[in-house]
Amino acid sequence: MRTKKSIKTNGTARLLQGNEACVHGALLAGVRFFAGYPITPSTEIAELLAHELPRVGGVFVQMEDEIAGMGAVIGASLAGAKAMTATSGPGFSLKQENLGYASFTEVPCVIVNVMRGGPSTGLPTAVGQGDIMQARWGTHGDHPIIALAPWSVNETLRLTIQAFNFSEKYRTPVILLLDEVIGHMREKVNMPKKSAIEVVERKRPDVPAHAYQPYEMTADLVPPFADFGSGYRYHVTGLAHDQWGFPTTRPDEVKSLVSRLRDKIENNRADICLSEEYRCEDAEHILVAVGSAARSAREAVEQARKKGIKVGLIRPLTVWPFPRRLVLHYAPLARRFVVVELNLGQIVLEVERLVAGKAKVESLTRYDGELITPAEIISRLVEEE
Amino acid sequence: MSVIHEYIRSTKKFPHLWCPGCGYGVGLSALVRAIDSLGYSRNDVILISGIGCAARAPVYVDFNTLHTTHGRALSFATGIKLVKPHLHVIVIMGDGDALAIGGNHFIHSCRRNIDLTAIVFNNRIYGMTGGQCSPTTPKGDRATTAPYDNFDTSFDICNLAVGAGASFVARGTTYYAKQTERFIKMALAHKGFSVVEVISQCPTIYGRLNKMGGPVEMLKWQRDNAIPLEKVRQRWSDSTDPAGDLGGKILTGIFVNRETSEFVSEYYAMVARLNGSRKNGEAKT
Ligand SMILES: Cc1ncc(C[n+]2csc(CCOP(=O)(O)OP(=O)(O)O)c2C)c(N)n1
Repeated sequence: MRTKKSIKTNGTARLLQGNEACVHGALLAGVRFFAGYPITPSTEIAELLAHELPRVGGVFVQMEDEIAGMGAVIGASLAGAKAMTATSGPGFSLKQENLGYASFTEVPCVIVNVMRGGPSTGLPTAVGQGDIMQARWGTHGDHPIIALAPWSVNETLRLTIQAFNFSEKYRTPVILLLDEVIGHMREKVNMPKKSAIEVVERKRPDVPAHAYQPYEMTADLVPPFADFGSGYRYHVTGLAHDQWGFPTTRPDEVKSLVSRLRDKIENNRADICLSEEYRCEDAEHILVAVGSAARSAREAVEQARKKGIKVGLIRPLTVWPFPRRLVLHYAPLARRFVVVELNLGQIVLEVERLVAGKAKVESLTRYDGELITPAEIISRLVEEE
Repeated sequence: MSVIHEYIRSTKKFPHLWCPGCGYGVGLSALVRAIDSLGYSRNDVILISGIGCAARAPVYVDFNTLHTTHGRALSFATGIKLVKPHLHVIVIMGDGDALAIGGNHFIHSCRRNIDLTAIVFNNRIYGMTGGQCSPTTPKGDRATTAPYDNFDTSFDICNLAVGAGASFVARGTTYYAKQTERFIKMALAHKGFSVVEVISQCPTIYGRLNKMGGPVEMLKWQRDNAIPLEKVRQRWSDSTDPAGDLGGKILTGIFVNRETSEFVSEYYAMVARLNGSRKNGEAKT
């Protein structure tokens, strides 16, 4: 399997649950603050961090609700700590207003959403992937977002580190989308050596305090970020703001801010859009899947190939921004895309939009709290042969 | 030049957005004088707010300032204080901001007794959105969403804070601005969750809807209706209903001022205990 990016994992092996691996990844990335509210199937993340964070001098706080958890995370990050929260669908919905705030004020933080079957309280202990679009569009107004979705316990650890790195590098909230199966399954994990991990720290200002512009139009579009209380006194607001952070309604200033936020993500797609492709080169049928659905899809590719069906798999690790180039590359080469997901069909909308008639696009979904099986995928492939 | 001028942000475009006759400038300058008299470095002061007229206060003054989402300021403050405990973290809220949408965070901050200072500017109405009912709008008053008089019972912010566990609670007015400044100063110096409610006039909206006259009349109303707490303490001790029927008067003074365990220091004491035991050879390197 060809991986576009990988974090070296050459340390000891451990048997870990996905949620635990997320905690280990966060600690390796330097997390020092967690605030949240318990909800299945994400709770183990809070519980393990409650245990571990004080041991590294960090802070764990159980807040009164998810909204407060998100607010405290933003405050902690503003004060200079790498901060995260973890939740599941209904709690993720509650966090959306403050998530929009973090986006607009460019406060780095990581939000883990261990997806369950839904809507509403739905299937608290069963799998679902219904929050793909909520991750993209859940909050109000226009904003860029980065969302990552691992398919294994090992990858959960790696992508949690990556989530922190992206959030620090691009001054943005990053969403980690696990699904219940990935969060709760146990697998062997190769614990990376600390020396083998790249850990990114936010760019801090080196100008005198009076010259600091927290929302400066820098060449890389990511302004340096000063910790509150570090001598740089500035204003942060969720209102549209100028480069000093003061509220503005001037159209040119508002436009420049919103465009910069979009471009700092869009211009860096090559860095941000992680993905894997498997046996796509000569594929007539290309499966597209993330998380636990991608595990079944991968197995389906193996089995179908043995039957002589030319199938490949595209697996976005970065769901948002969607790895557009990969799909565009194969759109004219493949006959058909089958998007496999545990919802009513969300990723398929993005694939349809990109493929735009160059090949057939089909949706293969399951939304009853059960995993989709390789056999189901193969029977669809055969049926349409 | 008064103290407030030293703290006004020269880089900020003025005028401010408050209406003529609004009491919020009085409340803000009382806060700034209190901070100044305590000799805090402005680098160590974090001023946080939610959304509303009151919440616009921080942008005008030269501290680390944070204008958050409606009702949520206390949660942002909690994150900052826990990461940098040496900072003086102060939250300014409106009555709706603090008690309606933010009610949950308010009571839980009281319960947690976290070392923050919450200042609630109470104009008894939603100012920014144009005069809708607030949880502190008195029964029988008018609001744009209570055109036939408000029939909802109002909150007493101070009694609520005391009941929920805040360890310093006081109420002042914009008429008695010096007294308010003294309460804020005590609140800032207090270790634990401190609440200062500042009764403020809103001539443009609350005053107009309730035919209370202009700013001067509204301030005179405060003068004539504020009763020091000590005066009614006697009556309280005689009564089975401690809130009593105040007949629309405002009780001012210090409701509670007690030393009790505080969240941030307890948290870090636990961290120190844990890491002390690590030194004794328990935990990983
Ligand atoms: C989530 C959310 N709901 C509603 C609003 C609209 N809103 C802005 S200010 C406000 C009320 C402010 O009243 P109060 O807190 O009493 O402050 P004042 O303006 O009177 O100082 C409301 C409802 C909002 N900004 N965000």
